[in-house]
Amino acid sequence: MADLSVEFCGIRSPNPFWLASAPPTNTGDQVMRAFDAGWGGAVWKTLGEPIINVSSRYSSVDYGGQRMMGLNNIELITDRPLAVNFAEIAEVKRRYPKHAVIVSLMVESKRETWHDIVRRTEDTGADGIELNFGCPHGMSERGMGSAVGQVPDYACQIVGWVKEAARLPVIVKLTPNIADIVYPARAAAKGGADALSLINTINSITGVDLDTFTPRPDVHGSSAHGGYCGPAVKPIALNMVAAVAQDPGLPVSGIGGISTWRDAVEFILLGATTVQVCTAVMHHGFRIIADLCDGLSNYLDEKGLSSVAALRGKSLTRVKRWEQLDLNYRVIADVNESSCIGCGVCYMACNDGAHQAIAAHPDTARAGRTRVEILEHKCVGCNLCSLVCPVAGCITMKRIDTFGDAQLPWTQYSQAPAQHPHVKSNRHDR
Amino acid sequence: MMVRIFPKHAGQLPLHAEIKPALSIDQALAESSRCLFCHDAPCMQACPTHIDVPLFIRQISTGNPSGAARTIFAQNVLGHSCARVCPTEELCEGACVLSDQARPIDIGSLQRFATDHALSRQQPILVASSGRRPGEPPPDATFTVGIVGAGPAGLACAAELLRLGYRSVIYEQASQPGGLNTTGVAQYKMVPRVSLEEVEALSRAGLELRTGVAIGRDISVDELLVRHRTVFLGVGMGRIPAIGLAGEDHPAVWDALELIARLKQGDARTLSLIRGAAVAVIGGGNTSIDVVTQAVRASARKVWLVYRRSASEMPAYPHEVQLALQHGVEILCHATPTRVVASSEGLSGLEISVSSEGSSSPQTKLLACDLVVRATGQRGASLVDSLPVRSVKGVLQVDAHGRTSHPRLYAGGDCVSGGQEVVNAVEAGKKAARAMLADHLPSSANSPTLPGPAPSNRP
Repeated sequence: MADLSVEFCGIRSPNPFWLASAPPTNTGDQVMRAFDAGWGGAVWKTLGEPIINVSSRYSSVDYGGQRMMGLNNIELITDRPLAVNFAEIAEVKRRYPKHAVIVSLMVESKRETWHDIVRRTEDTGADGIELNFGCPHGMSERGMGSAVGQVPDYACQIVGWVKEAARLPVIVKLTPNIADIVYPARAAAKGGADALSLINTINSITGVDLDTFTPRPDVHGSSAHGGYCGPAVKPIALNMVAAVAQDPGLPVSGIGGISTWRDAVEFILLGATTVQVCTAVMHHGFRIIADLCDGLSNYLDEKGLSSVAALRGKSLTRVKRWEQLDLNYRVIADVNESSCIGCGVCYMACNDGAHQAIAAHPDTARAGRTRVEILEHKCVGCNLCSLVCPVAGCITMKRIDTFGDAQLPWTQYSQAPAQHPHVKSNRHDR
Repeated sequence: MMVRIFPKHAGQLPLHAEIKPALSIDQALAESSRCLFCHDAPCMQACPTHIDVPLFIRQISTGNPSGAARTIFAQNVLGHSCARVCPTEELCEGACVLSDQARPIDIGSLQRFATDHALSRQQPILVASSGRRPGEPPPDATFTVGIVGAGPAGLACAAELLRLGYRSVIYEQASQPGGLNTTGVAQYKMVPRVSLEEVEALSRAGLELRTGVAIGRDISVDELLVRHRTVFLGVGMGRIPAIGLAGEDHPAVWDALELIARLKQGDARTLSLIRGAAVAVIGGGNTSIDVVTQAVRASARKVWLVYRRSASEMPAYPHEVQLALQHGVEILCHATPTRVVASSEGLSGLEISVSSEGSSSPQTKLLACDLVVRATGQRGASLVDSLPVRSVKGVLQVDAHGRTSHPRLYAGGDCVSGGQEVVNAVEAGKKAARAMLADHLPSSANSPTLPGPAPSNRP
């Protein structure tokens, strides 16, 4: 059995699965039930001056008969008094000394105010502080949250103030609502952050009620943009996690659409040390932790890895710039006729949506079905057919070994294209 | 969708309970989301009326059930009843590519979801034809068609004409329209109300219907040919003839269609005859399955299906045979009825001769039953023999477009096929409507949407 315990900027946790700062960590009762269920850590719902929330607050995107592919919220930080929160944090930490309890903070941009809340937080016995520089709605209008995360200089300055007062590790939670995540990440590092967590939610309107014309969520006939999260945002989060894991290279707690152990493995492969989960718990409850831990543990065992740390960052060297990719590498589609069910979906996708490299014929052996044929001379190896095929493993991309292992990135090719005439003849430029 | 009925509960199933209930909106969304939207979809090819199944399913999944219904009605104006009575296992669903993976899309139920939506909101059932081309002359108002029989074929013929802008008058001898859709479909598949509301929707669209008018009694075919440019014969089939068993004229021996019709009317006397009774049904077709399952649902004590050949030769669809077995019906194969045994007190039973395979000496058995039902196939409608068109054994002879041997008489449905599905009758009615216009409207000869002029080799 692999060791699931992790150490993240000095914070120890029995496993890498933390609850993100969000409604599931609103109260001590919830956090304690989560720890009982098996969660390794929790980032407390953001503390600050208690706010007033609107009703309603959440909206979602359903897809293909499944609920909540994406979730959006316009809820603000904690609406409970600070003293109550601090008392509960202290209580949780006393009862669960081995679990990671991180406190998310967001206050107005004044040095003394930050000093004050950091000291009160540290008095609870919590393990770390997370600075919420990411919340994109409501608080940002008051100069907090993503309003800070979007301006690297502000972020750097506030991290500096916090570090003046803090003895605990300081994690900076970044907003994805920015052109290049690396800049605020560098600013946080410059300010003295011990780690980064990302992504916070993405600016969004999830939809509009077609009868009332009110965008969702409806607050008395109006709405405001919210923060988007859930499975839909995972690809955006993975990209940003990979970017900051390489630069500036601080420890990363990965957040964004993590619902399964597979998602978690991907974040860890791209450099995350811990992962934070919210939407999946809001949908299915704390009990999903059982399979998160079990799936990760089995995976590590199958790969012969003894710890989560051994997995971390293994995919990072494979994330490159486009210009570094090999132009000599070529794959084409290959259909396994014995598993093909003859739906013709690949044909339609390729013919209408890609490169016209699949022919469709009536299947003489199976009335009504479509028999597809890959036109190998036209196939550019785009993957689309294999992506739309409803049968697992039916369409695979097989390598055409034309040029051996000699790699030819664009950086090299563009120096002297004439020396590599095969690159163009190898493609089907029309 | 697999239906499970346990014999011990079967008798408690209300006769009117639908075997396939309506889908909820959540079920419809989940089911429609599974559809792969196939290229040149097998389901669409398998449908005799060529409904664009992937399109209507997609329309359901996008929250456009009215559009889904229009897609269905554009090809099959009786899509509302076909959703319930089609043997989808043998047609669209049987062709679904997902059969290879898990289970096919429940196309019948999705179709019902869409048509229920449209009809319950009184949305138009008739989708105007986009067939007419610019410059094509408007429909000839003097061209009218007489249609004999308000069954599926006649209704579809009238509806197709209406879509293309032409009037027709349907003459129906029964008091209610719909033909077998109203009287002959097992109650658990479709109640008469569904068939009637479908015809009502057509009437709202302008369909002209005269019930209680019998051709040959109230009006002759010659008179119809005077009133109308062409006449469509959709007269269906006749009664189920006697097998020729001794004692068969006993009042406890029934014609299957008569029995089903009475059960559908909720006839109390017929229901009380079946309740607690032992029933022997003769025949191995789909009608015999309708009778045996209905008998179980009407609380029969014991139900046999008596079939003279082997199980593999049964004309009934396999899924229908399965349904009978799930209802606890005992199916006797290689069993030939020999006589009806009756006394002055009533029926003692049906004597059958059973031969086990490979055995040369059949054994005689008496099925002690209170009711015997003949489901051995209808004979041709009595009207057919008096018509001035070619027929063979009571079945009208037509070409692929419903043209009879008479240049102004067309036909379709069971009176031509000898008994097929509702959906086949719909397609036959559609085709005949187009053939009539092609044959008798000079200007439409060039219209690409209508079939070419009549070939010389009329039947």
